[in-house]
Amino acid sequence: MTGKKPRSLLYLDGVSVSFDGFKALNALSFIVEPGELRAIIGPNGAGKTTMMDIITGKTRPDEGEVYFRGDIDLTQKDEADIAQLGIGRKFQKPSVFESHTVWDNLELALNRRRGVFATLFYRLTGEDKARIEEILSTVRLTARRDDLAANLSHGQKQWLEIGMLLAQEPELLLVDEPVAGMTDAETAETAVLLKEIARTRSVVVVEHDMGFIRDLGVKVTCLAEGSVLAEGSIDFVSNDPKVIENYLGR
Amino acid sequence: MYRIFLSMLVALFLIAAAAPGARAEEALRELVNALGEAKLSDMDEHIASLAKTGDPSVVPILEALGEGDLYVRKADGQVFLTKGNGSKLTLTDPVSGESAGEAPKAALSKVKVNNGVRRAVRTALGSLTLMSPDRNARLKAVQSVLQSPNADALDAIENALAAEKDADVRALLEQARATSLLISDRTVEEKRRAVQTLKAGGGRDALSVLSSALGSADETLKPDIVAAIAGLEQTQALWAAGQNVWYGLSLGSVLLLAAIGLAITFGVMGIINMAHGEMVMLGAYTTFLVQEVVRTSFPGLFDWSLAIALPLAFLVTGAVGLAMERGVIRFLYGRPLETLLATWGMSLILQQAVRTIFGPTNQEVGNPSWMSGAFDLGGLTITWNRLWIIVFALAVFAALLFLLKKTPMGLQMRAVTQNRRMASSMGIRTPWVDALTFALGSGIAGMAGVALSQIDNVSPNLGQGYIIDSFMVVVFGGVGNLWGTLVGAFSLGILNKFLEPYAGAVLGKILVLVLIILFIQKRPRGLFALKGRAVEA
Amino acid sequence: MITSFLVKSLDRTIVIAVAILMVLAVLVPALNLLTAPDHPLHVPTYLVSLFGKYLTYALLALALDLVWGFCGILSLGHAAFFALGGYAMGMYLMRQIGTRGSYGDPLLPDFMVFLNWKELPWFWYGFDMFWFAALMVVLVPGFIAFVFGWFAFRSRVNGVYLSIITQAMTYALLLAFFRNDMGFGGNNGLTDFKDILGFSIQADGTRAALFAASALALALSLVITSGIVRSKLGKVLVALRDAESRTRFLGYRVEHMKLFAFTVSAMMAGVAGALYVPQVGIINPGEFAPGNSIEVVIWTAVGGRGTLIGPIVGAILVNGGKSIFTAAFPEFWLFALGGLFVLVTLFLPKGVVGTAQQLLARGRADRKAARRQNRDEETGLGPAEPMAAE
Repeated sequence: MTGKKPRSLLYLDGVSVSFDGFKALNALSFIVEPGELRAIIGPNGAGKTTMMDIITGKTRPDEGEVYFRGDIDLTQKDEADIAQLGIGRKFQKPSVFESHTVWDNLELALNRRRGVFATLFYRLTGEDKARIEEILSTVRLTARRDDLAANLSHGQKQWLEIGMLLAQEPELLLVDEPVAGMTDAETAETAVLLKEIARTRSVVVVEHDMGFIRDLGVKVTCLAEGSVLAEGSIDFVSNDPKVIENYLGR
Repeated sequence: MYRIFLSMLVALFLIAAAAPGARAEEALRELVNALGEAKLSDMDEHIASLAKTGDPSVVPILEALGEGDLYVRKADGQVFLTKGNGSKLTLTDPVSGESAGEAPKAALSKVKVNNGVRRAVRTALGSLTLMSPDRNARLKAVQSVLQSPNADALDAIENALAAEKDADVRALLEQARATSLLISDRTVEEKRRAVQTLKAGGGRDALSVLSSALGSADETLKPDIVAAIAGLEQTQALWAAGQNVWYGLSLGSVLLLAAIGLAITFGVMGIINMAHGEMVMLGAYTTFLVQEVVRTSFPGLFDWSLAIALPLAFLVTGAVGLAMERGVIRFLYGRPLETLLATWGMSLILQQAVRTIFGPTNQEVGNPSWMSGAFDLGGLTITWNRLWIIVFALAVFAALLFLLKKTPMGLQMRAVTQNRRMASSMGIRTPWVDALTFALGSGIAGMAGVALSQIDNVSPNLGQGYIIDSFMVVVFGGVGNLWGTLVGAFSLGILNKFLEPYAGAVLGKILVLVLIILFIQKRPRGLFALKGRAVEA
Repeated sequence: MITSFLVKSLDRTIVIAVAILMVLAVLVPALNLLTAPDHPLHVPTYLVSLFGKYLTYALLALALDLVWGFCGILSLGHAAFFALGGYAMGMYLMRQIGTRGSYGDPLLPDFMVFLNWKELPWFWYGFDMFWFAALMVVLVPGFIAFVFGWFAFRSRVNGVYLSIITQAMTYALLLAFFRNDMGFGGNNGLTDFKDILGFSIQADGTRAALFAASALALALSLVITSGIVRSKLGKVLVALRDAESRTRFLGYRVEHMKLFAFTVSAMMAGVAGALYVPQVGIINPGEFAPGNSIEVVIWTAVGGRGTLIGPIVGAILVNGGKSIFTAAFPEFWLFALGGLFVLVTLFLPKGVVGTAQQLLARGRADRKAARRQNRDEETGLGPAEPMAAE
């Protein structure tokens, strides 16, 4: 195991956490390699969101190890540290800053110095401007750059959030149900976008939409009751009897 | 002839009957007159012999002597009790107690008194009244001996002890004997027993008696005294701690009463009701009004006034709460900070309304007889009103707990708190549950006001004194947890009372506030916090 | 760096507001000092002090707005920072009395002589120097806010919890300053001031100068606040106000940002208090009363939180109303104030200025939309379609 640590980007081993006696995660072990795109499925309450909470520092595990880039112990860091290390997170509900414009949302997300005085005296450089323009066109929001994020449609908010993650330039991206509530066309486009993003970084996607996961065509991990039930290609996992019983149903 | 004979017979009979009394009177008069001639140095002796007669009529004479109201008539050396009015004094015969007319001040000379004489008088009086047939007079006498122990009174005390039947007076007499014995010239062995008696009797007086005896005591006796003092101090510290716990429980019950309604509105519904204190205030004013009506119309029911006020206060404040919820708060759900501002505004309006109607001054709210007075429990002094308030607070708590956990109304309330949308889709009328829950919290605050009217000033500002403390209790105990409120209230109450002796009342309170602020840093969700994802959502 | 900060802060509204304040700073003193008392434009001295007081309240409201309007921290303890600044100034003014006190003690203020104190407590040292006192006016509230905020924000005490503990803080300070042995004059506070920087505090000229100083301080704070909220830091503050946890996941140290805003805001409140005290001539523990802090909140709410001009307008409106109201119907002021709390939260959540801005912005957006539609019709292009994925 330890031999594997240095090579993997994200390494979880024996992670458990419980809330008031309810075991949300039960000795979960999970590895993501650099540049990997991974899908996670599982029934409600399987621990998918809790796992993300632990990786991003929102929740501390009761036991177990969480390492990033082999030797950075994530259990000792808080959300801001972890985000600065290069782990981005997209929430289930689109969470953009509604009282800011699309442009400002991206500017805030941009991977620059984030200290109090650095931000107080920050000036938008030409380089930063170009980067934001580039992201705007990637997520197809150039026309709405000066609109308040509150006025975007649901799908546009999802994309803005993905754009913010791009601006953050994370090494590892955690995406929670990116296509929930999207039209089929939007879903298909999102799959293309995610694959595009995964070229330069690792991405973990949690999703219920099996069609979408098939579109992604990547390795799938199925969680249930806080631990890994099965792992492999989508066909392999969806034929696993345990998965069928626990999740897909007969 | 016959009539003359008869009257002579009667006169003879009367003289014969009065003869022994007359003789005693004469002896007493002699003793009293001796006071007039005595030198200051001989006064003690004369006073002692007066005291030895055991005659109750000596008491006023000695009292007059102590007060400096005893005068000698220069003409015949007769001693009189006097009442001063200017240059003329009214005379009273000391033995018969009959008036003896008036005399100019110049014709009299005052019986000289100094502090030594006064002390002798006190002692003599003490031992004289020790034998009084009146129990209260005896108790008073023993207490005065205890206050100023006197070796000379020892005989009198022992005589009294032999004759005493009443257990309370006996116990005090024992103490008085021991106290006086310590400064007498009795044997060390007797004194040792006296030390034990004092130690067993306990109390602050015993401690000071022993401490003062320590200085002059025999070397062989000293270790006993030191040990007794140590023992006494220890028990006293224990009782003091006990008394502090009691005060703390009492304060805690007040906090619990003030906070428990808030635990519903803030803890269960998440509404920051800054007008909560005013609900308490309205409850207190309801009590005031009920007592006014009772006083003027049904004076016999005064002891029942609180029982009448309780449901009324609940209804009045509940109705005000309901109106507030329907009129304002329901538009502000999900915006807790705005709710805070709006309810603060309402608290200003309620305060000013009460001030306009009843005036800004304190209103008189009386204690029914069963709430007044105090009793002793070991070394503790327990007042009835505090005890009843503790009982009442716990009763309200229990009732509320029952309501929340065991009734359909409670079930609906909990359902709405935990998942409003789900509850609503199950057919629960969430707006009404909200309104009733708020009314319930307000009504409980009103009932708290009835209780608090018994120990606090009923004025328009009554509520403001409780609002911050109540929030502290709820936040400290853990929001949304009734048990947390209970534990929070009592632990803050006791903490406050334990800090007070060291830091003073104000500083103690400041320390408690600072401790709570620090505590919230450590556990932002209070003592008994809910955990898990639901909380954050 | 600083210039860009300044340039960014000075948009049109701020420039106009600052200009108005500057004009007032000159005009009101001039009308007071240079016109005869029977001149129709003469401003009597009591009004100069009254307006000066309003300006310090406006500064306090602006300070609160920085944390509440832009960062979502509803502080119910801002009057405490105001009072602390006021006490620092009051201590300076006390030491200026010198031998002119009732007891004529050259060193000790009257209340200390009265309490039979023999020497000056250590924390009164240095307050005979104006520069030291001026420094303390900013540093003491700043320090207390920093320590308090450091603990509170680090442990993520949020929302109403934070409000409640800020209220507990000011309540604790209230109790503390009531104590005689704290050495701040207990119940009576500090008063009977004689002069400031050598000028009699009663003189018309001093009053006018204090007014001008208040206007300048407000203008300067407005520029600083505007600079903060229009910087990237300001955007982060608004972001964390709306979605704190999301902001953390972008890698911002939310607690540091809040701490900065809270401390700066407390310092501004301290300055407001320091300017307030010489104009009203007294500072006592009553200023710490929790009710005062809540009243500041309503000024800000009436004017419009989250706008820069709003709190200034609100503070002046509410306090002007209070002055008129309490003179006309003293009984009913609390009804009016209470009603204001309820009505503003229910019907005017954005406040006067916020609502006006919203209406203006809607008008502008409508015009813009109309223009765009015209242009689109001219060029024959529909609304922009998202481009196909690359």
